[in-house]
Amino acid sequence: MNHDFSRLPELIERHGRSPESLIMILQEIQREYRYLPCEALMQTAEALGVPLSRVFSAATFYNVFSLNPKGEKVIRVCVGTACHIRGAKLIQDQLENFLNIKAGNTSEDMKYTLEVVACVGACAMAPVVTVNEKYHGSVNPGRVKKLLKDK
Amino acid sequence: MSIGTPQQLEQLHHECSAARDRFQKRVIVCCGTGCLANGAAAIVGAFQKALREREINGFTVEAVKETGCHGFCEQGPLVVIEPQGTFYTRVKPKDVAGIIDKSIAENQVIETLLYKNPVTQTRIERYPDVPFFSHQQRIALRNLGKIAANDIREYVAVGGYQALAKALTTMTPDQIIKDITTSGLRGRGGAGFSTGKKWRTCASVKDERRYVICNGDEGDPGAFMDRSIMEGDPHSVLEGMMICAYAVGSQQGYIYVREEYPLAVIHLQKAIDDCEREGLLGDNILGTGFSFRIRIARGAGAFVCGESSALMKSVAGEVGEPRAKYIRSVIKGLFDKPTVLNNVETFANVPIIISNGADWYKSIGVPNSTGTKAFSLVGKVKNTGLIEVPMGITLREIIYDIGGGIINDRPFKAVQTGGPSGGCLPESKLDLQVDFDSLTAAGSMMGSGGMIVMDDRTCIVDVAKYFLEFLVSESCGKCVPCREGLYQLHRIVTRVTEGNATEEDLARAEKLSEAIVTGSLCGLGQSGANPFLSTIRYFRDEYLVHIREKRCPAGVCKPLIRYEINDKCTGCMACITACAYTAITGKKKQIHVLDQDKCTKCGACFAVCTYQAIDVI
Ligand SMILES: Cc1cc2nc3c(=O)[nH]c(=O)nc-3n(C[C@H](O)[C@H](O)[C@H](O)COP(=O)(O)O)c2cc1C
Ligand code: SF4
Ligand code: SF4
Ligand code: SF4
Ligand code: FES
Ligand code: FES
Repeated sequence: MNHDFSRLPELIERHGRSPESLIMILQEIQREYRYLPCEALMQTAEALGVPLSRVFSAATFYNVFSLNPKGEKVIRVCVGTACHIRGAKLIQDQLENFLNIKAGNTSEDMKYTLEVVACVGACAMAPVVTVNEKYHGSVNPGRVKKLLKDK
Repeated sequence: MSIGTPQQLEQLHHECSAARDRFQKRVIVCCGTGCLANGAAAIVGAFQKALREREINGFTVEAVKETGCHGFCEQGPLVVIEPQGTFYTRVKPKDVAGIIDKSIAENQVIETLLYKNPVTQTRIERYPDVPFFSHQQRIALRNLGKIAANDIREYVAVGGYQALAKALTTMTPDQIIKDITTSGLRGRGGAGFSTGKKWRTCASVKDERRYVICNGDEGDPGAFMDRSIMEGDPHSVLEGMMICAYAVGSQQGYIYVREEYPLAVIHLQKAIDDCEREGLLGDNILGTGFSFRIRIARGAGAFVCGESSALMKSVAGEVGEPRAKYIRSVIKGLFDKPTVLNNVETFANVPIIISNGADWYKSIGVPNSTGTKAFSLVGKVKNTGLIEVPMGITLREIIYDIGGGIINDRPFKAVQTGGPSGGCLPESKLDLQVDFDSLTAAGSMMGSGGMIVMDDRTCIVDVAKYFLEFLVSESCGKCVPCREGLYQLHRIVTRVTEGNATEEDLARAEKLSEAIVTGSLCGLGQSGANPFLSTIRYFRDEYLVHIREKRCPAGVCKPLIRYEINDKCTGCMACITACAYTAITGKKKQIHVLDQDKCTKCGACFAVCTYQAIDVI
């Protein structure tokens, strides 16, 4: 994949060029490119003066970081306890079926990424699905399809 | 203006509360994450548009106040009209004109927007009369739903930063620590360690630098009180941290916020910026010579980073793996310096203890667990949401008086407390007092305060499997008992849910649990077997039915159940639409047919059939 890395130095600067800022910098990069391109990780290691292995271990340890490109719409099914008890598994099943991808994957046309997360902190409205940053509460099987069309 | 002295703070307080009192009516719209998800932003917009005129029928009206979460998100968006306290639920933009014409201009209530008590089916007019609120006592959540989260003037209007001023100008660090110790405040993040003692140890270590960290990781699935506090009342957290910093002698604080809480980060950052601008954070705070700064560190989605040593590594930009604690982090913590780490709710309690005094706080709750505790009451309970209750209240009062009982009046089965490390308590424990020690004695724990209610359609074995799966995927993998032990434990429990386990397997699992508990390095592994141990303790029978009869009484474990259509079927076609696997066929108004070979047992048909025509067998 081709990326414009011209903004990268700015992203790295944003939290100060110190090893302490590594995770925040990775967050910025992920926001910009929707994943962590290899090239960006190498530049980060160099800019912070830390071994590339340390950058990679952080990039693989934390759940939010992805080394593979994500789709335009990131759909997250909450499978936290409150949602689990109220049928999150069924919602996950249905989404996997409609999108024809398993949770954790991105559709071939790069339109959708389906993820599961353990609690998005809106448990009173379980089960919850988020589409990009938008929350949908009390999701029932009948609403799943509509949710995908929704902005 | 900048607040450079206690007198200026006092003056601003009068100014801000006078500004609040100027209005005869206030429209308060909840803008917590829950209500926003249900469309609160549109309600705010509609009020702003319609209320440009602030004088209505002789009443001076404050357009809208966007507050944090009241805790009753399921009923949202919520609108409260003050001073009457009229409480409207599930408000839609089209209701706004009516609210202005009737409730604001004419003092009338709109019946259809009032909350309906699910027990008595009657409508309730005022906020404090709703049973969900009337049994609560709010201390840590005191400002949620009352003040605009993003406005420092609102916080100052209700007495914010007065505790800081009191601490800085009239108390020595030692007195503060004494007060916090006497109050009996125990950490709200899980283990329940005495906050005063923790501060005392940190303050007594000789070092020129010390750190104060607020744990806003809230990794427990099913819990959201820390989120609501950070979003809805960020200043109370900052004020608590500042008082702590003064008491232990720290100049730098961090708030570690989990990845999933972007709104909390925005509100906290706004609060920090406002404090810096006003001079409440930075050098020479309130002219007392005390200097303190706070930075936000963001998590990146790792449950284990809530653990103290892992969290400190993560703040330092490293991989969040726990370390062995020969030396505790109060002595050698962040950047190897003495560090106080407390939970969000713990810090939110601090200012009010300083203001009202240790004895006041101690008089609430029970002797060994003083004060109140916030819980997220969720699952199969009628009123779900965020609550705060005095310690010592019973589970029954929480679930039935506040929660309104079980959805559809089904039988209560269990309540899970304490998150993945906690446990499930059965019906016989409903009269148990809720406090740190009673819960632990009963084989569960307080944890951060998730309270998940289950009915007879929740399978206990499935719940144990669920938590183990979570822990397996969140284990950092550093030590073998946790990494391999939990994995094997999960496999055994999974076999139970598939009908492939024997009774010897259970005995083996119990032995294995012992090894995991004793051999693990950090709290994740040490409590990792709890989901299994607590469920087998109270629900052994249910495990045995799975093993001996190859049956799941709750109708949950897929390999042991099947769906069938009975003759109550009206042929409404709803299930055909819901079934993603074309396993159901049938014509309109005729009994439908379910093909077991195609059926994946997803349960969608069961969920949509309103005629009870589908059985789980
Ligand atoms: C695996 C694990 C996860 C934890 N997660 C959290 C958390 O999300 N939030 C929290 O406040 N404490 C969490 N804790 C407890 C903290 O390590 C620590 O005890 C607490 O933040 C101290 O604050 P307190 O004394 O105010 O409770 C966790 C502990 C363990 C072992
Ligand atoms: S107990 Fe588990 S989570 Fe804790 S250090 Fe060991 S492997 Fe990591
Ligand atoms: S939803 Fe129920 S009643 Fe309707 S066709 Fe299906 S089984 Fe029959
Ligand atoms: S359980 Fe799922 S797959 Fe089976 S018939 Fe019902 S909807 Fe279809
Ligand atoms: S468990 Fe799903 S939002 Fe908390
Ligand atoms: S977000 Fe409005 S009540 Fe919780």
